[in-house]
Amino acid sequence: MSDLALPVRVQVPLEQRLLRLGLLLALAVLLLGLVLPLGTLLLRAFEDADGHFVGLANFVAYVATPSLRIAAWNSLWTAALTTIIVVPLAFGFAYALTRSCIPGKGIFRAVMLLPVLAPSLLPALALIYLFGNQGMLRVLLFGESIYGPAGIVAAQVFYCFPHAALILAVALSTADARLYEAAEVLKAGRARIFATVTLPVARYGLVSASVVVFTLVVTDFGIPKVIGGQFPVLATDVYKQVVGLQNFNMGAVVGLVLLLPAIGAFLLDRWADGQRAGTLSGRAVPYVPKPRRARDLPLLALCLLVSTALVGIVGVAIWGSLVTFWPYNLTLTLNNYDFDRFDTAGWSALWTSVRIALAAAVCGTALVFTTAWLLERGAPGGKLGHAVRFIAGLPLAVPGLVLGLAFILFFNHPANPFGFLYGTLAILVLNGMVHFYTVMHLTAATAIRQLDPEFEAVGASLKVPAVVTFGRVTVPICLPAILDIAVYAFVNVMTTVSAVIFLYGPDTKPASVAVVHMDEAGQASAAAAMAVTILAVTCSVKLLQLASGGLVERLTQRWRRR
Amino acid sequence: MFRRTLPAAAFALSCAIAAPAAEAQQRTRLTVYTALENEQLAPFKRAAEAAVPSIEIAWVRDSTGIITARLIAERQNPRADIVWGLSVFSLLQMEAQDMLEPYTPRGAEALRSNFRSDRSPMTWTGMDAFVSAICFNTVVAQQRNLPRPSTWADLLKPAYRGQIVMPNPASSGTGFLTVAGWLGAQGNDAAWTYMTQLHENMQVYTHSGSAPCNNAARGEYGMGISFDMRAVTLRNQGAPIEIIVPTDGVGFDLEATALIRGGRNAEAAKRLADFAVSRQAMELYGRYYALVALPGVQPAVQNYPAEFEQRLVSQNFRDVALRRDAILREWSSRFDAKSAPRN
Repeated sequence: MSDLALPVRVQVPLEQRLLRLGLLLALAVLLLGLVLPLGTLLLRAFEDADGHFVGLANFVAYVATPSLRIAAWNSLWTAALTTIIVVPLAFGFAYALTRSCIPGKGIFRAVMLLPVLAPSLLPALALIYLFGNQGMLRVLLFGESIYGPAGIVAAQVFYCFPHAALILAVALSTADARLYEAAEVLKAGRARIFATVTLPVARYGLVSASVVVFTLVVTDFGIPKVIGGQFPVLATDVYKQVVGLQNFNMGAVVGLVLLLPAIGAFLLDRWADGQRAGTLSGRAVPYVPKPRRARDLPLLALCLLVSTALVGIVGVAIWGSLVTFWPYNLTLTLNNYDFDRFDTAGWSALWTSVRIALAAAVCGTALVFTTAWLLERGAPGGKLGHAVRFIAGLPLAVPGLVLGLAFILFFNHPANPFGFLYGTLAILVLNGMVHFYTVMHLTAATAIRQLDPEFEAVGASLKVPAVVTFGRVTVPICLPAILDIAVYAFVNVMTTVSAVIFLYGPDTKPASVAVVHMDEAGQASAAAAMAVTILAVTCSVKLLQLASGGLVERLTQRWRRR
Repeated sequence: MFRRTLPAAAFALSCAIAAPAAEAQQRTRLTVYTALENEQLAPFKRAAEAAVPSIEIAWVRDSTGIITARLIAERQNPRADIVWGLSVFSLLQMEAQDMLEPYTPRGAEALRSNFRSDRSPMTWTGMDAFVSAICFNTVVAQQRNLPRPSTWADLLKPAYRGQIVMPNPASSGTGFLTVAGWLGAQGNDAAWTYMTQLHENMQVYTHSGSAPCNNAARGEYGMGISFDMRAVTLRNQGAPIEIIVPTDGVGFDLEATALIRGGRNAEAAKRLADFAVSRQAMELYGRYYALVALPGVQPAVQNYPAEFEQRLVSQNFRDVALRRDAILREWSSRFDAKSAPRN
């Protein structure tokens, strides 16, 4: 109502103030769920075990650790190697999905996500079944051991592929056909078009994907722990300090060191930000690839190759969940799925996980997408925008163990008014939202950045409030990306272990934690069975998304066609 | 969008909050932190609730390192009422931080003297002992012609080069218990020399205490140094594995019970602590472990040598716990820096 009553000049600042308020709200949630808990923990880096301030003494002690330099170097080169392998592969795959005429794109799109659909123990087990000392394909290693850098890089490539492919597929999914037509008219060669039209549009996605992969490898301790043997990396140092020695001060020190890549990533992101320009203008015409064998056949081969590897690894794990005891008794059985025999939580753990993941997906997507839009389009950010953007990039670089510990110290503090959350399902939901914030944010930001700011400008000139433009234009256009984000949140929360292992209560043990427990107890087949069950749930959700994809496409994307 | 998401979120949250509250009416619901084996939880709960009808047990179970880290992180506002089944080394660490509520359970004086706290009132009471042991894969041994070891000294044989796995003592309590056992049995200098030689035969130091035995059972390695309880589950599944308790002195750890200072149900927790030292409970422990805290209770567990108790080194838990940091620093400087995995 006030919109009508106020003259135009006042109306804009009022709306700006409202949008700014929205951004402040988002900042408040991020402060509560990430910055304050993390700050509580990281302050410990400057204290001794009794809480006295000791300055940099812990850092000095850590730098003096003999294995530190080796661990740091190992972390860097395995992460770099993984990035160099994953990003081109994922780019090729995403390119095939978005810019070619290969058949079965829907299937490839689903297969691409397989690695994130299952707990990380599943590929680790599968790799051991395949390439371990009793493995079926170990001859392929020519006497090298899978336990060490080779295994780490192989497992990380598998694990990181979907993260990179998801970001790149979004980055490549929107292209303006007019640019390509213009390039062709100007007689540019294919290589030149690729270098001057395709790559610049995808540059932001490429930078994001590289940063995500690199950071994931540096901070993940699950894979090096299971398959890395004694090959030391920085992330296992956190595990050693927190779980092995219960030395939270040193754990905080390593946690801080691991944040360095995140700061680097933030700077890189700022740089890429300066290079970009809105790529999908309101007059844009979507690029519809025309069949061309010379391009489609190699891309199809690439997709088939990658998909075979992904499906193969998951297939081995499914088989592993059905055998009695690998490798000595390969009789098939369904007994491993009788979870009540192995774990007191039994099947109910799965239901707990589904509830957490659903809540985290719904709330998380709403929070992430709205915040990303406010950052990119709503309020001219200034310092506030920089702060939110920086915080959004942090969770990726925070090892789950560090986040879990931070949540205990913060939410369980007697003076914390939010202490009632501790021990409930709600804290697991909040943890899940925060833990996977970065990739969700990057996907949302990538999708929004490809929209021409003119949409908002036109809205504003028609005196439509920005919020209405957001609801009527931005959200529908970005609906496929929003669904991607929701499903990403759901599957990651279903499969994550490292943070929630500190936070579940007597009645809220998630299935992914049960997987780890069963594996530790020597019940590898039952662990594989629970992992496969989780995979079945996440796959169903993904398939549901694909099935509804056609409908969403028809309802919201038809305007893109000519 | 928010209009649709908020009710869903509210629903999820209310489910979370409402579910646990419903059944706790008559019996006191005790939050019990534990590192017991999964398969032991149900029988232990049943026995305790039958013996003390006023309580209901709600387990939070995880591996020793995780549970200890959780307890210490929650120190300012404890969530656990009682710890039932956790390594005594962890409890001593917590005792040093003043986290344990002193209480002498009824009948605790009858326990073996090194199986209970030396304070008065006691801060913890022992349940049973678990020992470091070798998981030996007989099929792999046959393929690779590995003789069966019966002592720690046997492991130094050149035939075992690259065949042995053990947990990294800095990551795993089992690893530490093994190292502490060697130091106790052989003396300081001899033990470090022994470990240096053993390092030559080591394929890998794992971060988990269970992994060496689990992987030996799958034939990934010829033998893994772990703890005795682990192998039983694996054998029952058909793993060709033999559990060897070396004859030249093994380190051991106790599973123990302790009240948490600031726990919300102190009285009910004391009743459970009373039960935990009772003869009935000891017989229960004896179904899984070869040596229990109460003298005169005959363990029912099979496949242990008769003179098992004599193989245990005599060790003062408090001394070892105090030296833990120094031992681990020494271990890390000697063996951690060697990075490349051996083949």
